[in-house]
Amino acid sequence: MNIKVFVLLCLCPFSVIAQGFSGLGTDAKEFAAPQPQYLFTFPKDHGAHSDYRIEWWYLTANLNGLDGTAYGLQWTLFRTALAAGEGEGWQSPQLWIGHAAVTSSDMHLATERFARGGIDQAGVQTAPFHAWIDEWSLKGSKFENLTLTANGPDFAYIMTLDATGPLVFHGTNGFSIKSAEGQASYYYSQPFFEINGIITLPTGQVPVTGNAWLDHEWSSQPLSKTQSGWDWFSLSFDNGSKLMGFQLRQKNNQAFTSATYIGSDGVIKTYEGGNFTAQPLKLTSVANRNIPIEWHIKLADQDIDLIVSALNPDAWMDLSIPYWEGPVILNGSHNGKGYLEMTGYE
Amino acid sequence: MSLACLSCLLSHWRYNPIQLVAYITGLALATGLWSGVQAINTEARASYAAAASMLGHGQFEQLVPQIGNTIKQQRYIDLRRSGWLVTPVIEGRFGDVRLLGIDLATSPINFLPNQGSAGPVMQSFFGSTVLFANAETAKKLDGLTKIIVDTSIMTGVAITDVGTAQRLLKRRDLTRLIIIPEQPLGRPDLLAVAPDLRLQSPNKSADIGELTDSFHFNLTTFGLLCFAVGLFIVHSTIGLAFEQRLGMMRTMRSLGVPLKALIILISTEMLLLASIGAGLGIFLGYFIAAALLPDVAATVQGLYGAEISGTLQFRQEWWLSGFIIAILGTTAALISRLIQVAKMPLLASVQPRAWAMNSSKRLRLLIIGSLILFSASILLSLTGKGLITSCAILACLLIGSALALPILVERTLIVFQRLSHAAVWEWFWADTRQQVPGLSLALMALLLAISANIGVTTMVSSFRLTFLAFLDQRLAPELFVQVDTQDKSIQLEKFLISAGVEILPLLSTQREFSGQSIELYGVRVGSTYRQNWAFLGAFPNAWNKVQAGHAIIVNEQLARRANLWLGDPIKLTPNLTLPIAAVVADYGNPLGQMIVAENKFKELYPDIYPQQFGIRTQDVTKMRSIITEALGITDSAMVNQTTIKTASVDVFERTFRVTAALNALTLIVAAFALWMSLLTLADLRVPQLAPVWTMGLTNWSLGKLEMLRSIMLAALVFFCAIPLGLIISWVLLNIVNTEAFGWRLPMFVFPYDYARLGLYTIIAAVLAAAWPVARITLTPPAKLLKVFANEH
Repeated sequence: MNIKVFVLLCLCPFSVIAQGFSGLGTDAKEFAAPQPQYLFTFPKDHGAHSDYRIEWWYLTANLNGLDGTAYGLQWTLFRTALAAGEGEGWQSPQLWIGHAAVTSSDMHLATERFARGGIDQAGVQTAPFHAWIDEWSLKGSKFENLTLTANGPDFAYIMTLDATGPLVFHGTNGFSIKSAEGQASYYYSQPFFEINGIITLPTGQVPVTGNAWLDHEWSSQPLSKTQSGWDWFSLSFDNGSKLMGFQLRQKNNQAFTSATYIGSDGVIKTYEGGNFTAQPLKLTSVANRNIPIEWHIKLADQDIDLIVSALNPDAWMDLSIPYWEGPVILNGSHNGKGYLEMTGYE
Repeated sequence: MSLACLSCLLSHWRYNPIQLVAYITGLALATGLWSGVQAINTEARASYAAAASMLGHGQFEQLVPQIGNTIKQQRYIDLRRSGWLVTPVIEGRFGDVRLLGIDLATSPINFLPNQGSAGPVMQSFFGSTVLFANAETAKKLDGLTKIIVDTSIMTGVAITDVGTAQRLLKRRDLTRLIIIPEQPLGRPDLLAVAPDLRLQSPNKSADIGELTDSFHFNLTTFGLLCFAVGLFIVHSTIGLAFEQRLGMMRTMRSLGVPLKALIILISTEMLLLASIGAGLGIFLGYFIAAALLPDVAATVQGLYGAEISGTLQFRQEWWLSGFIIAILGTTAALISRLIQVAKMPLLASVQPRAWAMNSSKRLRLLIIGSLILFSASILLSLTGKGLITSCAILACLLIGSALALPILVERTLIVFQRLSHAAVWEWFWADTRQQVPGLSLALMALLLAISANIGVTTMVSSFRLTFLAFLDQRLAPELFVQVDTQDKSIQLEKFLISAGVEILPLLSTQREFSGQSIELYGVRVGSTYRQNWAFLGAFPNAWNKVQAGHAIIVNEQLARRANLWLGDPIKLTPNLTLPIAAVVADYGNPLGQMIVAENKFKELYPDIYPQQFGIRTQDVTKMRSIITEALGITDSAMVNQTTIKTASVDVFERTFRVTAALNALTLIVAAFALWMSLLTLADLRVPQLAPVWTMGLTNWSLGKLEMLRSIMLAALVFFCAIPLGLIISWVLLNIVNTEAFGWRLPMFVFPYDYARLGLYTIIAAVLAAAWPVARITLTPPAKLLKVFANEH
């Protein structure tokens, strides 16, 4: 067993993804728990919340090369804590993990990084905004204008991001409920980034442009004990509207769903309790597991009824914590593209 | 039928239980010594491998400081944030153990504590004071901190989180950075990020396995010798068992047992017995290894700083190889005998006699074989290099000499025979000559054992003499003090100078020279160095030149490895090149060293301050207490000359114990071989003795002559073994040691030790001959007369 998997299994709530995500449902113990009616303050809340057990800054982008080739890009910084709070130097209980990936229809490259907190190897500063792990960074004088870099052994990218719309708060003003038992997280997104830059692939450099979606979410106990994983969709429709939807799969084959519809006029509407549905249509064997790479998505209230298909079914993040994450194509009531994350498939 | 035949064959052993014991014991001894030595070597190599993989040596590239021995933690962060994937390692002494701090988040090394409840254990890895160590090391740390026992960790090392290690060692820096094999694109040049670090490739760091090769080579040589001697025993026993059973086999064939069935049955019987012997040998080997391992471990640690676990594991590598070799050896000895059985004319009468015929053809073959082997050894020593070659040289020498022995003995006996005039003595020499072919294998075994004894004793004793003299030179200062801060260093120097004490500060740093890690020292040249350091080679006024900053001294290891000698230039910096003024012997140190004057060192490395001081004082105890009182330097940071010397000498005493034990065992095995051969001959010789007896020599006189013969042959072999042993020790000292250690030892001879060995040889011969002689002495007249029963 790889040492990092081991460390993560032992230490990190996030890592229990590999064990069916049930660990995310363990008691929050001394960690802080998200509360309703939280008032977000920025730029402070763009930063790390070390009293919470888990947190991520999650950026995905749908891109096109000059020749129209579709690409996907992922950059994620995870924070996970052994104990609440900070400590001096190596005594810090915080552990940081970075994931980066680039996907096209016939290629998927992914890599990861690990860092201990407290020693400046990784972290998040708020003013100016700077999230980093090793040489990877997401930074800018303002949260609306950022540069993004990551390097792997066989790929790299350097991108510029400019936000064209406001932050979007999920759930009730950013208090996003994850289960009937009340597990919740703080969750907001910036889905309006225009992005351009250069991707370096084994075949050479590719200039790309497109749209990016950044999530920032933190919690201490995001899953209930009965949940085993999730399917998360961030979809951008050709008419300018967007949809974030997720379902948390219960061990009894039920699912807890939640969605946020962002109209092209900027009006936001959130849904909980089954309005949003996601049905797997087609399973494919990826990394010796059956992964649904085609979904039927419905949100009746917005007349959304479409098929979500993976650009590359093999977008398997074969990292210490394995999961599926890749760009998707939308067809049906709405056309467009987006990103899909699927975790907890054994 | 098979069963009946087998029981018939086996009945031989029932009537000759001693032969059975000899056969099984011979194989057991041979296998035991071989597998014992192999067990030690395997255990040691496993320890080195564990050390290498755990410490990242020899496996990964590393970044080490250009100057000094520490890396600022910020440098680690700088490297990571520039895209260099490195992982930090901090090393230091904690109590009596080597504490190793690693970062699990970035480490490429799979360090997994062998724990059932992994979760809590791993949680304790971060941010607490838990150390992981094996049970042996844990004992040393008892009471200091919480230990979790993990058998996979090598002895003498405790592993913990880098942060915990920093706290325990009271440091905030790192020792080295391991470079992860897979690096990202777009990494900047190392110089741009960390100009104060240098890249050390994995094969250029000190490889413990390589360093200790010579030591294990010596052990292996012993093991092989013992095995060879053991095989002589097996060969003799198999020969004897066949010889005595030829009649029985002929009868069995006459009764209709097919040849094929007979051969299969004999092979099965002999191999079955061999398996029992080999099995016993493996157990014996385990006990030999278990008894010797602590001393071997101590020796290797003292010589190379490499730790071997003191507990022995029953590893397949050594027991299986021991078993297979024993079976192969038996098979080899068996084949010639089976051919003999196959060729045996069915109706010819059986003529048992000493199995090796002293034909001139056989002697000629032996001479040719021995000449070829001697030529090969000379050729190899002129052209070859490396440990394998040295091994081949030794093998050629030993086997060549062994092959030459029967001729040498034969020729000597002819000379004696010509010199003697009395009839009894003429008969004695002629009879001895007649026995040589039968005894030749045993005599060869004795030759190998004695010459190996002489060779190894000479090497180890030469080492000891040289090393003790060297310690006296090097340990001239009576007290050594270690300080860990610059303030303390300055205070100590000021204080001692004001007190009028002669002080020898030692500045040191690790650096790279011609692709290898070396130590550079800055010394205060004074009377202590001038009077006490012995050079292997030096220009006149070498110390003056060094003191003036115009020259450098290097140790022998560096000189030999980099192929440098007096006058050769050493480029220290692009602008500074110094010639070598002297080469100094530096026994027991695996690393290359350079020595410059204190001032020159400070010009090169202004930031390094002396951390070690040698102090000249008449009253060590008083000086210790003065330093402690005045400067608060703890007693544990001071060590006196005697302590270091005792510790160093102890290493050699332990080496001696291993050597002495192995020496004794080889000699015992050789004596056993001789005993076996004499016993074989004693029975076969009755027809030869009977006529002499009838001519009037009493049993008692015959017995005395038999004993004398045994002693005389042993003495003859002993005198042949002396030159051979000295040649072996020369090869060991001049070729093997220089190859493996990087230094050449002067060779001394130890006549007293050789004389004592001679005495042991004679005693062994007397003991070996005692029973056979007793049997001859006690042979009843009826048996002797029976010889003539068929004569008309």
